[in-house]
Amino acid sequence: MNMKPAKAIASLADLAVGQRGIIRSLQCAIPLMQRLLEMGFTRGASVQVVRFAPLGDPMEVRVRGYYLSLRRAEARQIRIDPETRP
Amino acid sequence: MTRGSDAGTHCVALLGNPNTGKTTVFNKLTGYQARTGNYPGVTVDVLKGDLKDVPGVQVIDLPGTYSLAARSPDEMIAVDVLLGHRPDIPKPDAVVVVVDAANLERNLYLVTQTMELGIPTLVALNMIDTAKSRLLAINMRKLARILGIPVIPCVANQDKGTTRLKVAIQKALDRGVPPEPPCRFPTSMHAAEGRLREDLAAAGIPDVPEIVCRRTLLDFGGEAEQRLVKAGGYKVESLIQHARETACPEGNGALYSLEAETRYAYIDGVSAAVLERPPGNPRVTASDRIDHVLTHRLFGTGVFVLVMGMVFVSIFEWAAPVMHSVDSGFASLGSWVHTWGFLGSGALKSLVVDGVIAGVGAILIFLPQILILFGFITILEDCGYMARVAFLMDRLLRWCGLSGKSFIPMLSSFACAVPGLMAARTLESRQERLVTNLVSPLMSCSARIPIYAILISAFIPSVMIFGFLNLQAFVFTCMYFLGIAVAIPVAWIFKKTLFKEQARPFLMELPPYKIPSLRIVLARMVERGTSFLKTAGTLILAATIIVWALSYWPSGSSTEDASTRVQNSYLGTMGKVLEPVVEPIGWDWKVGVAILASFPAREVVISSLGVIYNVGEEEGAGGLGAKLKNVRFESGARKGQPVFTLASALALMVFFALCCQCASTLVVTWRETKSWFWPALTFTYMTLLAYFGALGTACLVRWFGG
Repeated sequence: MNMKPAKAIASLADLAVGQRGIIRSLQCAIPLMQRLLEMGFTRGASVQVVRFAPLGDPMEVRVRGYYLSLRRAEARQIRIDPETRP
Repeated sequence: MTRGSDAGTHCVALLGNPNTGKTTVFNKLTGYQARTGNYPGVTVDVLKGDLKDVPGVQVIDLPGTYSLAARSPDEMIAVDVLLGHRPDIPKPDAVVVVVDAANLERNLYLVTQTMELGIPTLVALNMIDTAKSRLLAINMRKLARILGIPVIPCVANQDKGTTRLKVAIQKALDRGVPPEPPCRFPTSMHAAEGRLREDLAAAGIPDVPEIVCRRTLLDFGGEAEQRLVKAGGYKVESLIQHARETACPEGNGALYSLEAETRYAYIDGVSAAVLERPPGNPRVTASDRIDHVLTHRLFGTGVFVLVMGMVFVSIFEWAAPVMHSVDSGFASLGSWVHTWGFLGSGALKSLVVDGVIAGVGAILIFLPQILILFGFITILEDCGYMARVAFLMDRLLRWCGLSGKSFIPMLSSFACAVPGLMAARTLESRQERLVTNLVSPLMSCSARIPIYAILISAFIPSVMIFGFLNLQAFVFTCMYFLGIAVAIPVAWIFKKTLFKEQARPFLMELPPYKIPSLRIVLARMVERGTSFLKTAGTLILAATIIVWALSYWPSGSSTEDASTRVQNSYLGTMGKVLEPVVEPIGWDWKVGVAILASFPAREVVISSLGVIYNVGEEEGAGGLGAKLKNVRFESGARKGQPVFTLASALALMVFFALCCQCASTLVVTWRETKSWFWPALTFTYMTLLAYFGALGTACLVRWFGG
């Protein structure tokens, strides 16, 4: 997997609390990718950052109407287009 | 469709995502008549029960899962049961997928997978009240029409809709018509599945179900693939590789995401047709507001410390009086039986009193803690707080190979490692479960307290240090921290050496909070308690009886004096053989014998020391400390010098802090891992740690002139 993303593309870990993004691609090893996919992280799905744990990691996101916790290291492998807030 | 294996009986499987109230549906369908199944090689439970009011229908509760894509033997259980591949469970004649109505999209993923199995499928649309409170309107008729299967709305925890569900199950069993597969995979995928099936048959693996071929192609490195490769070797590997290359028109890269893209494209269509969401932002629910406080940097941490403190204190304090009465109850039972004439005064009496009664007592004493702990765990799990505990603690536990989910087993182990090990079962990562199993016994459990208490009061002066700290209390606290301090590097070493696999991702759903159900809590406490008594009980009893036999013979009943009998027993002989090993620590061989005799349980060392050093009954445990101070070496270079000095007493405490003299821990580790390797490893590494820890302590204290 490519650990150094182009500057222009943001990852889920870069979003601020409350911010949303649209999933572009998953840049991770196949097992994690398939887990994320079946949990609903498909291309075009919308994700929102809900909060970070008190120690800054893991983070909680909202996807397809439910809440999921994942680590920043995993969130960094999820490429997204940040949504500008309405 | 083929019917269940027993004539006249049908079998219905319950499937569903975690946190959909599947257990509640199961309990309502069966009337809380669950029987836990334990299956070799796996650590997950499959519950069985009979459908209430409908004779001849068995209900099987499969472990909660998000998908049928299995990546471990544990996850493969559901697929195996559904395909009728487990000899101990009949092939289900129908499947009920329990779906969380408030979380339709992700739940439909499993529904679409299940509908491809060729088994009549029903959807129990649970928790429609929660969906309504979020202003989600689901057109259920339309949903049933699009999917082509019955959809039964229910609120299982209020017993709404379960009667309709039973009727629907009966209808589905009578009709026996499997649904049409809902999602359209590319024709190349179907072709590749068919080709793989033929190729496998040609390679000597016939009759692989189509669904297994599909799972093999779609789940890269998954359990279906691994099994086939195990059965057929590299040849099968290349067959799978070949089939994958042609499965997807866009090439191999697109195959990774083919399943999810196909299913969610279908689901998005269904959801658009049947689901009406309130306009604008999702409504802030009570659960969201609770979470805002409970995962808050400051309040959240405060509440967390309070809740965990309460759990810890309760397993300690609430269980203590019950444990004490169990203990004294068995002691008085023992002395009462001792007075019976008809057992004689020989081996039989000793076996009953010192072997069986003491052994059963040693097992039952854990029961209060197990019940209280599992009561708490079920409440915390059922209300949804457990996931938040893992969320809060994950960062702290991560670097030594554990995750936030290991926190509860570790905390419980301070009371007793047995419920802690049983709690580790909920960890879905094998690596994490095993590391937790290996290090949990290092936490200072309540069985160490009597050892610490007696040795500290006898050998540590009760003086104030730094003006405010009682030295005895300080040493006591140090013994607790010793366990934690050792557990961290040990966990890290095990993670680095034993487990080469990459850490599993920490994807964890944070379900909405709800009020826990008392019946579920009670049912689980009973289930856990009986399961502990049944399986662990027999083995712990056996271990106790073996150690009793070793300490009784060959002298047997030829001597009335217990001290002489133990010293001349097989155990005594082993202790003398061990003398050169324990001598550098500063112990005499009698300490070695006492340690050997305490194999069934750590606290036994106290009574063993009492027997070996001839402490009379009337002197009691308090007398033991005083007596130990006067024990002197009987022979050797140090003849006449006291055995127990500050150095050798501290060494003994360190030894018991780190050793695994606890048959229950080993038996439960075996039961949870289904292998003797892990308890053997636990025992070996902890005994080595304990020995060298004790040796180091003794040397250090002597060096400082202790």
